Amino acid sequence: MDILQGVCASGGIAVGRIKVIKDESKPAQKRTIQNVPAEIERLKNAVEITKEQIGKLYEKTLESATEEEAEIFQIHIMMLEDGSLTECCESIIYEQSVNAEYAVTEAADILSAALLDTKDDYMMGRTTDIEDIKNELLSALSGEGNKLNSEMFLEENTVIFAHDLTPSQTVRLDKNKIAAFVTEQGTKNSHAAILARTMKIPSIIGVGNCINNIINGEECIVNGEEGTVFISPDEKAKSDFNKQMANIEQREQALLKLKGKPSITKNGKRIKLYANIGSIEDLKKVTDNDAEGIGLFRSEFLYIGRHELPDEETQFKAYKKVLEYMQGKETIIRTLDIGADKTAECLKQTKEENPAMGYRGIRMCLDNKEIFTAQLRALLRASVYGKLSIMFPMIVSKEEVITAIKMVEDIKCCLKEDNIPYDENIKIGIMIETPAAALISDELAPLVDFFSIGTNDLVQYTLACDRQNHKVDNIYNQSHSAVLQLIKTTCHNAHTSGIWVGICGEMAADTNMTETLLELGADELSVSPSYVLPVRERIINSGGNHA
Amino acid sequence: MKEFTYKINDEIGIHARPAGNLAKIAKESECDVTISSKGKNADLKKIFSVLSLAVKCGDEIKITVDGRDEAETAEKIKKYLTEKL
Repeated sequence: MDILQGVCASGGIAVGRIKVIKDESKPAQKRTIQNVPAEIERLKNAVEITKEQIGKLYEKTLESATEEEAEIFQIHIMMLEDGSLTECCESIIYEQSVNAEYAVTEAADILSAALLDTKDDYMMGRTTDIEDIKNELLSALSGEGNKLNSEMFLEENTVIFAHDLTPSQTVRLDKNKIAAFVTEQGTKNSHAAILARTMKIPSIIGVGNCINNIINGEECIVNGEEGTVFISPDEKAKSDFNKQMANIEQREQALLKLKGKPSITKNGKRIKLYANIGSIEDLKKVTDNDAEGIGLFRSEFLYIGRHELPDEETQFKAYKKVLEYMQGKETIIRTLDIGADKTAECLKQTKEENPAMGYRGIRMCLDNKEIFTAQLRALLRASVYGKLSIMFPMIVSKEEVITAIKMVEDIKCCLKEDNIPYDENIKIGIMIETPAAALISDELAPLVDFFSIGTNDLVQYTLACDRQNHKVDNIYNQSHSAVLQLIKTTCHNAHTSGIWVGICGEMAADTNMTETLLELGADELSVSPSYVLPVRERIINSGGNHA
Repeated sequence: MKEFTYKINDEIGIHARPAGNLAKIAKESECDVTISSKGKNADLKKIFSVLSLAVKCGDEIKITVDGRDEAETAEKIKKYLTEKL
């Protein structure tokens, strides 16, 4: 068995037989030519033929696929009509008196270089489109034509292997026979990746050089999420696969049974069953899995990977989008918590010895009031578009809560003065994820509208155990009595003050812990979207607690 | 000459489809249209030129329109940007 490791471009798992698609393009021969105007004519004719061919590819794709997938061919035509490519080819022919084939290859390289220079994933992925157009032009010049419209014969459950897949190549494949795509290179925004996601089949990119060592017809298992490919899988790999398939089927059954059902315990207590997400792309998973709201929307995605800070307007538009999508269902957005395992260039962080216990969360925000204000203003302005609640992370003291809430009140005043609307009923809560917060939760509860217990960090700090250090994995125990006691105290103090308390760490998704958490007093559980329905099943079958 | 700035809000930034559509609007006009971002300029009529600027979400761009129907063209471009980006 051989194992290849790449990056996930589309999730899911599949098993099938390998079919390698080889890159058949030959490098163009450079020839000197005498009759330059004739060569230019030849080029122009080839461009027209190619536009026609691509037009046909577009029509063909529309027949068997969506407008979105066919779109790429329209973009190819736009690129041809653009002039950049053809002008570049023409100047090369004029200047060097060379044949059109060579000029096309050179021009394609020049344009690709410019895109690669941007070092931007999406732009670099477009070099595949240039490659595709180049091959189509060369094909038209050679008079071969119509190669594009011939379909490749495929067996059922084929796993396609290629160096990279151009849109034209993928169009020639019978989608019904494909189980997965694996490419040596490629990007997440490549046509093949987008196609795979639409088809809901796994796609793995960046496995590196392997095509030369693979035999057509070999059995192979593709694990999209992990980015792993098992060629000629052994018994263990096969049984793992079967288990995963069984899990997926189980989940699908649960979906049918539990979607739309309220999360009410046997004792009649209604539990809020929400989802944790960290990006706008994940919004769909919230509704697909029938979550009743968002219990934790990590706002860091707006800051990570950016050179500059996201300004109020950018943030406002993002939050508005989220709230509009959720259509009035409670949406709890956690304010910026960068640090520990998440870093953002625009925040100019300095290296810390111990980022998990360092400059992050609310302490960082209160020390950077401008950044915090921008976020709070954006959130308040967006609040009129749905049911927004704001949550502050990493609380350790009453002062932090008081200061943060005062900032919110001041901002409300400013907005009111400027006649900018916000939700007067917006709820403010805090994360209880430090032992300190849990222990003084009786003093904190009167100040806020709700608690959300972040068990990941709470366990880490309580057991003095770094959750990213695998050497102490055996110490990290979510159901340690110390942790459960802190949860119990927090829930009790919350209820004494008449506020609700939820759990948003990994523990909430552990179906073995559901009954315990409900007994301790949790009113809300917020989990990764794919766990919503399994947890709902547990809630419905739990005794519950009226505490 | 007409000039205006705009901040991109679309998550993917100016990708191939909008670049193509902007190029179309620019080509249909009788103007010279330049797009500037992060200190670099590009001809809005050329897709590749625009793509190599790699304009992302949050970036500010400046559009300069120069020609007979500059007011109309600037409006069309502004409309497209506000609606789609």
